[in-house]
Amino acid sequence: MDTVFKGEIHLTRYLDQQGKLLAPLPDIPELPSRLVSCYRNMVLARALDSKAIALQRTGQLGTFASMLGAEAIDVSIGQCMKPEDVLIPYYRNHACQLMRGLPIDQLLLYWGGDERGSAHPAMGQDFPNCVPIATQALHACGVATAIKIRGEKRCAVTVIGDGGTSKGDFMEALNVAGAWQLPVVFVVNNNQWAISVPRVIQCGAQTLAQKAFGAGIRGEQVDGNDAIALHQVLELALERAREGKGPSLIEAISYRLADHTTADDATRYRDNEELKAAWEREPVKRLRSYLHSEGLWDEEQEKCWQEEVNRMVQEAADAYLAIPPQPVESIFDHLYAELPERLREQREWATVKAMPGGSHHE
Amino acid sequence: MTVASKERKLTIARAMAEAIAQQMRIDQRVFVMGEDIGPLGGVFGNTRGLFDEFGAERVRDTPISETAFMGAAVGAASDGMRPIVELMFVDFFGVCFDAIYNLMAKNTYFSGGEVKVPVVLMTSTGGGYSDAGQHSQCLHGTFAHLPGMKVVAPSNAYDAKGLMTAAIRDDNPVIFMFHKALQGMGWLGTERDAIVHVPEEAYQLPIGKAAVVREGADVTIVGITSGVHHGLKAARALAERGVSAEVVDLRSLVPLDRQTVIDSVRKTGRLIVVDEDYQSYGMTGEIISSVVEQGVMLKAPPQRVAYPDIPIPFSRPMEQWALPSADKIIAAFETMENH
Repeated sequence: MDTVFKGEIHLTRYLDQQGKLLAPLPDIPELPSRLVSCYRNMVLARALDSKAIALQRTGQLGTFASMLGAEAIDVSIGQCMKPEDVLIPYYRNHACQLMRGLPIDQLLLYWGGDERGSAHPAMGQDFPNCVPIATQALHACGVATAIKIRGEKRCAVTVIGDGGTSKGDFMEALNVAGAWQLPVVFVVNNNQWAISVPRVIQCGAQTLAQKAFGAGIRGEQVDGNDAIALHQVLELALERAREGKGPSLIEAISYRLADHTTADDATRYRDNEELKAAWEREPVKRLRSYLHSEGLWDEEQEKCWQEEVNRMVQEAADAYLAIPPQPVESIFDHLYAELPERLREQREWATVKAMPGGSHHE
Repeated sequence: MTVASKERKLTIARAMAEAIAQQMRIDQRVFVMGEDIGPLGGVFGNTRGLFDEFGAERVRDTPISETAFMGAAVGAASDGMRPIVELMFVDFFGVCFDAIYNLMAKNTYFSGGEVKVPVVLMTSTGGGYSDAGQHSQCLHGTFAHLPGMKVVAPSNAYDAKGLMTAAIRDDNPVIFMFHKALQGMGWLGTERDAIVHVPEEAYQLPIGKAAVVREGADVTIVGITSGVHHGLKAARALAERGVSAEVVDLRSLVPLDRQTVIDSVRKTGRLIVVDEDYQSYGMTGEIISSVVEQGVMLKAPPQRVAYPDIPIPFSRPMEQWALPSADKIIAAFETMENH
């Protein structure tokens, strides 16, 4: 009997839980200053997260998906992407979107229920949030196909949760990426929970990264709470994609420190001890400890930056709340290139007959 | 006479769970599959308690793989089981529609009646709580249009239990649609009139039989799920102006109880159809055609109060503005009065 295939999945980690370096730093230009920038963005992400939840709880924002615990993954993606690359996000990529140029007030506008928040010119060719599960992986393949046809040195980056990897859409995306050797990087934020369903009953495979083998593409794991490891793995995968060396699947191991969304209550199905243990591994404190120990960040800088992000987020929240709502009739405006006659009639009927506002649930 | 009858008020969510549990106790073929239906008890609460009582083998939390578990339901049902599958939001049907409309719905026909596919597909519908265009649709017309499946949608807990029991015992595939705002979950908005007395013992409601939930003489308001409650509110408001409105709860879309609607409109001569689904090519048009085809004499052109042919907005004020409401039903009635 001949062995015709062998596969191994490697986990990359540079920092232990206390932020101590486990291996020599990877060879990435200006890594120390990039890590400081990374840390600052992670702190901003966390401040935005708590503000958004506070706004939701007071009825000033719609259902919100917290990214607590995913800061290192998202910010590292933001740092490793070039402006000309394309982000095809899911619904938990706020930090990356901010780093790509989306103003905070516009991000809040989207989560406040105003579609204009998905249409800011600063987003360039990046896609709007994708709420259906895993469909973004296929769109990323479409983007990568376009890049490849035009012969450009760019790549598509898409992010998905552990639950999303169970979808046919995800498997088909991996397959077509491998078959066509597309310039795309799939990042799995494996935060261990798909609403109430734990990773262990989501999939029988030991790692999610090994799904890459079935598609003939690279697959690897990385500690998703370790910004240095993430930088190393992402730099390599994105550069390979841009160079036409093929797609990668990166499984970043993290933990969803929050509820699934503000419409969820994880205490109903998740053990508090598990959550407490996960807080010991969280990414922000880990990177701060490392930066402290290397003399790259001190208490004074920490205090100033915390004040600064709180001010930025508060100003953005004020700006968001001050944006006048669109006229309600505008919901008819953007469905077709021109307003069809039938919709014109429906809009008139709605405008004349509806009275101010509906009364669906008084 | 004493009025001390024991009221046992349940939400639709609890009534559904109770019906499922009762059938699972007496029929080993019944099992449940879906996302978050295990320890969580369903995102909309309709499988609470089942996991604790029946365990992980019969109450199966699935991976996020609708294509897999919908296809598996067809397979298991064809092999003699009676699976209940939850499609968390009806909006997700696109992922697994081949299994639904090409296989579940047609395999009995294709096999000359040899293969039965007794799946209950329960799925949440409706908006009103700002969940945007991919989580707020009703899609009544989409499912009712395609042959081979029964489609039911209760407006209150009593009907929910009776229809669920009937659906599980039915040898056909049954789509059981439950409107989120009627589930009795606070964050989705709560319709108090949906929470009604539910007998503890198992009982069936005939699938395909509408109910006249309020009698009247001047206008017939026909609806299903949320539309029934809008209709009842409008009827109460119209009563204050001396207008007597009859309200018909269809309860089933397939089979559709046309006769109850026709009998009502023969009496009142006016028809308003309320539907939270898109207006065009939907339930409203089907009901109006059914009445007109029978030559029922009308005092004014029939009216429909449906969701416009546009996606459902995330924005709360926009969504509330576009959804059907009691006010819009009253406005529709005024249009008829002025005819």
